[in-house]
Amino acid sequence: MTQIELATSNGTRMAETSDDAALAIRGMTVSYGQKPAVFSVDMTVPVGSMTAIIGPNGAGKSTLLKAALGVIKPLAGTATVFGQPVADARARIAYVPQRASVDWDFPTRVIDVVLMGLYRELGLLGRLRGAHKAKAMECLERVGMQDFATRQIGQLSGGQQQRVFLARALAQDADLYLLDEPFAGVDAATEKAIIDVLQSLRADGKTVVAVHHDLSTVPDYFDRVFLINTTRIAEGTVEDAFTPQTLQEAYGGRLATGQLGQTALGA
Amino acid sequence: MLWHALTLQLGYNATLVTLGAMLLGIAAGVTGTFLFLRKRALVSDAISHATLPGVGIAFIIMVALGGDGRSLIGLMLGSAASAWLGLLCIGFLTRRTRLAEDAAIGAVLSVFFGIGIVFLTFIQTMSEGRQAGLEGFLLGSTAGMLYSDAVIIAVGGALVLAAVIAFRRPLSAVAFDPEFAASSGLNVPRLDLIMMGLVMAITVVGLKIVGLILIVALLIIPPVTARFWSERVTGVLWVAGIVGGVAGYVGATLSAVAPALPTGPVIVLVLFVMFALSLLFAPARGALAAVLKHLSFQRRVHIRQGLLALAQGQPIYEKLTLRLLQRSGLARADGVATTDGKARAAKALRDETRWQMARSREEFALAATFYDGLTEIETVLTGDQIGELDRLIGAPMGVPA
Amino acid sequence: MGEEFVAISLTPMLIGTLAAIACALPGNFLLLRRQALIGDAISHVVLPGIVVAFLITGVVAAVPMMLGAAGAAVVAVVMIEAIRRLGKIEPGAAMGVTFTAMFAGGVLLLEQSDTSTVHLDVEHALFGNLESLIWLDATGWASLLDLEALAYLPVELPRLFGVLLVVALFTWVFWRPLKLSTFDEGFAQSMGIRTGPLGFTLVIVAALAAVAAFDAVGSIIVIAMFICPPAAARLMTNALGAQVAWSVLFATLSAVLGYVFAGYGPLWFGADNAVSAAGMIATVSGLILCFAAVFGPHRARSGAPAEAL
Repeated sequence: MTQIELATSNGTRMAETSDDAALAIRGMTVSYGQKPAVFSVDMTVPVGSMTAIIGPNGAGKSTLLKAALGVIKPLAGTATVFGQPVADARARIAYVPQRASVDWDFPTRVIDVVLMGLYRELGLLGRLRGAHKAKAMECLERVGMQDFATRQIGQLSGGQQQRVFLARALAQDADLYLLDEPFAGVDAATEKAIIDVLQSLRADGKTVVAVHHDLSTVPDYFDRVFLINTTRIAEGTVEDAFTPQTLQEAYGGRLATGQLGQTALGA
Repeated sequence: MLWHALTLQLGYNATLVTLGAMLLGIAAGVTGTFLFLRKRALVSDAISHATLPGVGIAFIIMVALGGDGRSLIGLMLGSAASAWLGLLCIGFLTRRTRLAEDAAIGAVLSVFFGIGIVFLTFIQTMSEGRQAGLEGFLLGSTAGMLYSDAVIIAVGGALVLAAVIAFRRPLSAVAFDPEFAASSGLNVPRLDLIMMGLVMAITVVGLKIVGLILIVALLIIPPVTARFWSERVTGVLWVAGIVGGVAGYVGATLSAVAPALPTGPVIVLVLFVMFALSLLFAPARGALAAVLKHLSFQRRVHIRQGLLALAQGQPIYEKLTLRLLQRSGLARADGVATTDGKARAAKALRDETRWQMARSREEFALAATFYDGLTEIETVLTGDQIGELDRLIGAPMGVPA
Repeated sequence: MGEEFVAISLTPMLIGTLAAIACALPGNFLLLRRQALIGDAISHVVLPGIVVAFLITGVVAAVPMMLGAAGAAVVAVVMIEAIRRLGKIEPGAAMGVTFTAMFAGGVLLLEQSDTSTVHLDVEHALFGNLESLIWLDATGWASLLDLEALAYLPVELPRLFGVLLVVALFTWVFWRPLKLSTFDEGFAQSMGIRTGPLGFTLVIVAALAAVAAFDAVGSIIVIAMFICPPAAARLMTNALGAQVAWSVLFATLSAVLGYVFAGYGPLWFGADNAVSAAGMIATVSGLILCFAAVFGPHRARSGAPAEAL
């Protein structure tokens, strides 16, 4: 039994009944070519929590998120959302992809991007009504972008692009928000705006999971962490799982120990 | 007859054309490799289609000047000029507008070809144009070729090949790693220009043999074929040259034996056969090898995950995992481990624990970066180091290695 | 004037226009998806498809040939994808291998089989025969109301009209998912849009347009209309809907002006024979693109391109 405890003793392991989890990933392995980028990962995100997925570059953070959503096909493993297979729970999921993954020269306006978040509601040919536009405007307001509604998306700064993506996710009116590097390369004002929105979502009982790379803000922004480096290193509350020990395991020699000590709680 | 042709005993003209086609094929294979590695393979398609207006205009000018208009040199010069113009258009559209290169290539290709067709139909109405035979430039034809034309093709092929050989070193440096090449003092824009110049030269020399619609195959298929056989730039260059040379040689010969067949399509099909065989059967990168490798990789992943689940007493979520475990005699149908399975599972878990310990210790940080779930720890650490890990873990292992 | 125009020029002009629009509509999405050259590839493989259909059925009939061509387009798309994935070859090179090989196969089959009795040759495939699609039974504008004369309209006209209808319907019905998946494929997938099948359907619809247009106007127009009107339109506007509208306008202009210039242009210069209408239509579309590239209000890039994945 010693061995088993050793293998699982990092972070407090939640009761693994996936039925009451907002997101439950089991045995997920994803590979590009002949080397797994993510290996046999289990993840349990409790409802109403705010989780940071952290790990070094190339540790499989975004890959895990995309595989859970079915955007890339995993080699093995399953993901459930609120106890349902992901395919049946799409209406309850909002997703914010990496900003750099799309062509911002695409011929469309800011408000049209936000309206894309209403696609499930509108369907193929459903009429776009004033109420939809009002909702999109309201989402833009929540991220402070209401004045940019008719702007061409190519004219936005990086931070503004990120806010528009967040507004689109808000329009999806979901229960689980999955964000891929929402703070990457954005200005301080945008970072503040985004975290405010995320925290208000959480206050409304929504669940938030974000791929994150700035360790110094983890304790301020999130209440749970998921450390990954190909496999799961640790998972749990910030107090339990975000420790010098787990960070050393996740980042190895890639972070100076001093930095680890300063960043992590309890150092 | 075929044997005569293959051994170059089919008359002086045919021999010259065959040699020219072979030299051209080698040059095209090598130059095409540079294009392919620069991810600009289809630029050559635009270049070749853009030659057509030049052919037409050159013919009209030569007739207007009192010639018969069919001088191969004159037509080649015209085609080179309009191909160059096409290349400039692509550059203008991609640099000065928001259009991507693929759109620019497609636009230049179709518009220049359209303009060329307008000229061809105009030439057909000229009294001199009825037997101009310019349509032969579309698909290539070596039938009834003049001695002087055969000489031009042979000499042209040799010259292009010589130029390719002369520039091979800087061009392969740029193709392999443009940024490094630039930092080591090579003039990358100028070398790109030289590369395009070579592509143009190949197109122009090849027009008469392969035709402008299919000449692009001579530049694209050899490098793609060669890519299956080598991971190194030099290797790809060699194989591509050989593939191109063989195709030029065999294609020109076949078509000399059967004059009704247009040369271009024959050469392309010879190329395609070599490509298809490589795609399917190449040992390391071929499709068959890739599929087999993927299946065995998938199997390794599932078995490893299944063993870890067994060792930790967790349920096995996927049917495929269970089936693979069963088939390997590691688990029974109800998901309970066999004796063999228990031993393997214990070892898998022990290794996983060792990896975890390695990750948590700074002195093993470098080794820990090799972790991907499948790499055996014995392949990364020595026996002594593993012993040290076991000591740190401190638990009695008691599992046979 | 009316009599001659309706009999000789009206139907080819209409057919050219319908073909141009049918190709330009899906071309807009192919352009934005960086798949502009799929149109090039499709138009090259139509020839082998038609030849194989002819060899199997032994007749030159529209339906088997359209099926053959559509089949060839599917084979080409699957082959490009297979080469790309199995061989890890970049898409441009995979396309180059596929369409040259299939085109070469088509030409050789054509040369080897006895097609001397039928109107089937490489040049026809490239240039089409737009000029020959005349309406002999028309006696003037009044014929447009004359059911008997209408019955003898060139069959290409209603066929292209039907295909255009299908293409337009597809564009209209799937506008939202097409736009969404073209802009942000990952997000579209997360919403449950099956982007793979949708992209494949787009290519098949493009192939349908190419096949129908090819028969009437040849492959030059097909490639030119897939790319030039949408590319020019992209430089005129920053809204997708407006871009599609511009592309329809440009396609129409190219077809009408191209046909007029080809038929009457040489006369203005004192020559007495018309030049290829297909070639001239492509030329006009190129001129329009040229103007848009120099004067288009939205010709410069604005946003950063997507990172290569």
